[in-house]
Amino acid sequence: MYQSISTSMKSKIFFQGIQDVLTLLIPVIPFGIIYGVLGLELGLEPWAVIASSFIIFGGASQLAFVQLFSVGTSPYIILGSVGAINSRHLLYGAVCSQYFNKLTNGWKILLSYLLTDQAFAVSLPYIKKNKNFRYHLLGSGFTLWFFWQISTVCGVLLGNIVPPELGLSFAIPITFLSLLVKELNKIDHVIVMMVSGLVSLLLFNFPLKIYIILSALIALSVAYFLIKNFKRFAK
Amino acid sequence: MIWTLMIIAGIITFLMRYSLIAIIKPESLSVTTKKVLTYVPSAVFPAIIFPAVFLNKNQSLQFNTYEVYAFILALIVGYFTKNTILTIATGLVSYWFLSYIL
Repeated sequence: MYQSISTSMKSKIFFQGIQDVLTLLIPVIPFGIIYGVLGLELGLEPWAVIASSFIIFGGASQLAFVQLFSVGTSPYIILGSVGAINSRHLLYGAVCSQYFNKLTNGWKILLSYLLTDQAFAVSLPYIKKNKNFRYHLLGSGFTLWFFWQISTVCGVLLGNIVPPELGLSFAIPITFLSLLVKELNKIDHVIVMMVSGLVSLLLFNFPLKIYIILSALIALSVAYFLIKNFKRFAK
Repeated sequence: MIWTLMIIAGIITFLMRYSLIAIIKPESLSVTTKKVLTYVPSAVFPAIIFPAVFLNKNQSLQFNTYEVYAFILALIVGYFTKNTILTIATGLVSYWFLSYIL
């Protein structure tokens, strides 16, 4: 069921999505540039590097893809690695499935393609509260997509124009931290975060970067335990 | 070769995002499952954050670094302000301050 909303309302929500995601671009743009540079250094064709940002559209998995490909790793390992790194998106999909069911399949496909970590995190509060969330997620997702493509192209064409002294790799954990600040005063969420973080340190050396999804699943099991055993978390 | 692999990698990535959105019917999820799913960001993002802050290039634990100090400052500001932009600004500015001014 679609209620009709005005075009100006749609664009207002779309621009809200853009606005909400802007600060998260701080690590995305330099990372995209560095990715473009690295792809060339590893011996890939410029077109292949640029296309990978469009076709795969997932930073960490693209990095694994070009690194493994350049050293002649077996295709199964390459694809397994991409799958393992991106498996966390299954969890985002499970969360979104509760709200996306009334969308047409075309919207589901478009928003799924744009469903990165940052777009998911930024638009989730809006998705939970507003029926017209699709324009918000379109705004945040498209913005991230657009700057990821542009920055990859910049890296390929211009080389490494990001001074390493800026320490922008540190901006990645900081932006992810910023996406969790609203939950920091909730003891149940803090327990889940600590479990996830500590397990990730323990499992970091597991193959195929599988530590992300394993840490998440163990932390979600703890969440399940908390809900089942403490009434105050079940509400 | 690379194009075939890349397209398959793209399809895998897309399916990771799309499959459950396409398959799951919200009415089939139990109240408990829905509640557990509210913890997804809290369960996934620390696994991205912790190794980036607390592991050095040799993948051993580090605590006495500018990254860790800046991270803790950002954490404190984030806790009290609940503000995304202030948290990022605190983390980056304090990191630059510690690295280049102190």
